[in-house]
Amino acid sequence: MVPLIEIRNLHFRYPDGTKVLSGIDFQLYEGETVAVLGPNGSGKTTFLLHLNGLLQGEGEVRICGMTVSKDNLAAIRRRVGVLFQDPNEQLFMPTVLEDVAFGPLNLGMAPPEALERARQALAQVGLAGLEQKAPYHLSEGEKRRAALAGVLAMEPQILVLDEPTTFLDPPGQKDLLSLLKTLPQAKVVVTHQTSVAASIARRAVFFQNGRIIDSGPVRQILERHDWFPPD
Amino acid sequence: MHHFELDEWSRGASWLHRLDARAKIAGLILFLLVVAFTPPAAAHWLWLFAALPVAEIVAARIPLTRALAFSAAVLPFAAVFALVQIPTRGLAASVALLEKSYVSALAALAVVGTTPLPKLAHGLMSLGAPRFLVLVIQFLYRYLFLVSEQAQHMRLAAASRGSNFGARFRRRRLSAAGGALAAMFARSYQRAEGTYQAMLARGFAGRFPLAQASAFTKVDFGYILLIVIASLSIQKVIVLFTQWSL
Repeated sequence: MVPLIEIRNLHFRYPDGTKVLSGIDFQLYEGETVAVLGPNGSGKTTFLLHLNGLLQGEGEVRICGMTVSKDNLAAIRRRVGVLFQDPNEQLFMPTVLEDVAFGPLNLGMAPPEALERARQALAQVGLAGLEQKAPYHLSEGEKRRAALAGVLAMEPQILVLDEPTTFLDPPGQKDLLSLLKTLPQAKVVVTHQTSVAASIARRAVFFQNGRIIDSGPVRQILERHDWFPPD
Repeated sequence: MHHFELDEWSRGASWLHRLDARAKIAGLILFLLVVAFTPPAAAHWLWLFAALPVAEIVAARIPLTRALAFSAAVLPFAAVFALVQIPTRGLAASVALLEKSYVSALAALAVVGTTPLPKLAHGLMSLGAPRFLVLVIQFLYRYLFLVSEQAQHMRLAAASRGSNFGARFRRRRLSAAGGALAAMFARSYQRAEGTYQAMLARGFAGRFPLAQASAFTKVDFGYILLIVIASLSIQKVIVLFTQWSL
């Protein structure tokens, strides 16, 4: 089976010389959910930004069989939907509907189709009826869902989620995880919450100092690295 | 959290809000031209031009007092130019400059307050405004939201630690305020970067797409005609009043 994401020997250094990723190898297969674990500053977010070409390091990054390069970023970003940690950074249009339709419109869809796709995405995340609301009037949980709808409206094959349950209360976290489990896309989930990792993923990789030092079943990884295994 | 009122105003449902952005922009430009070409000798009566934007603001159900206050933001800048030209062009010309500036700001507010930014940007580009300039305006507008929000967060955090920026002047407070300002811009820049990354991730390629196609109708033509007739009529009245008072 050809992996949806295939990364070989990825290295990345920021312009100021800080080396953040050293020799990363990673694969993601269709239908799979992988949790990305590791302490703060271990390179998880930097790694995540390589998955849709926002950063480009040395090494090979292949998404759905395409090597990520400057020439095919539009095609890559069509296939990889990224949900960033702060939903406020992802909601920048006057209304929720326009925001969710932003992605489909950028893909070249005609406005009526893009709006219909946006409505469907909003219904999928349980926000039908809030189309005309201003994004800054939403609760944190609703913002998170609206941001997710904005990603789902592009119908990506891969979802990349950066700390998806941050700022959410426990019921909100439970609702979001239930929703994520219904989505058929392969997922990469960066999280600090062991309960989230154990709930949503079977496999995990563990980052430390810019390297993946371990990978395997989630519970095994959590126990091996003393990351407060769930009850 | 408080957000710019302009954004809220622009999402109203009046007949003015429903007009095509291009019609409103064209109407504004024509109005400004009429105002600009009204002789400065009419300084006593130039304020009559405000009747048109005030009528629009009221029709759009925008709070008039707030709109009048907002527009006054232009006066300090206009006052500098007005003062500079008193020796060469006289007091009447300077007063005329102030009045024209205020009326122009009010008219611009009537357009911006009834047109969401994406439609306004599209309208500007359709009418030939440089794409880069329009893009910069859009990003700047979004950046102002981020800076405003950041400032509110920091004000709350400072107040929670016993700070009171409105109290008597103290050098320590000024120093703290300066540091807070720097931190605010640094954090706002960071957030702006995050927003830009989120936009790129959803296929942004340098142009904000419009979710609803706009169509120029007879009503829009009628609006432009109405603005021209009204502007010229007010100008005529102003010129007549000026002649009578001389």
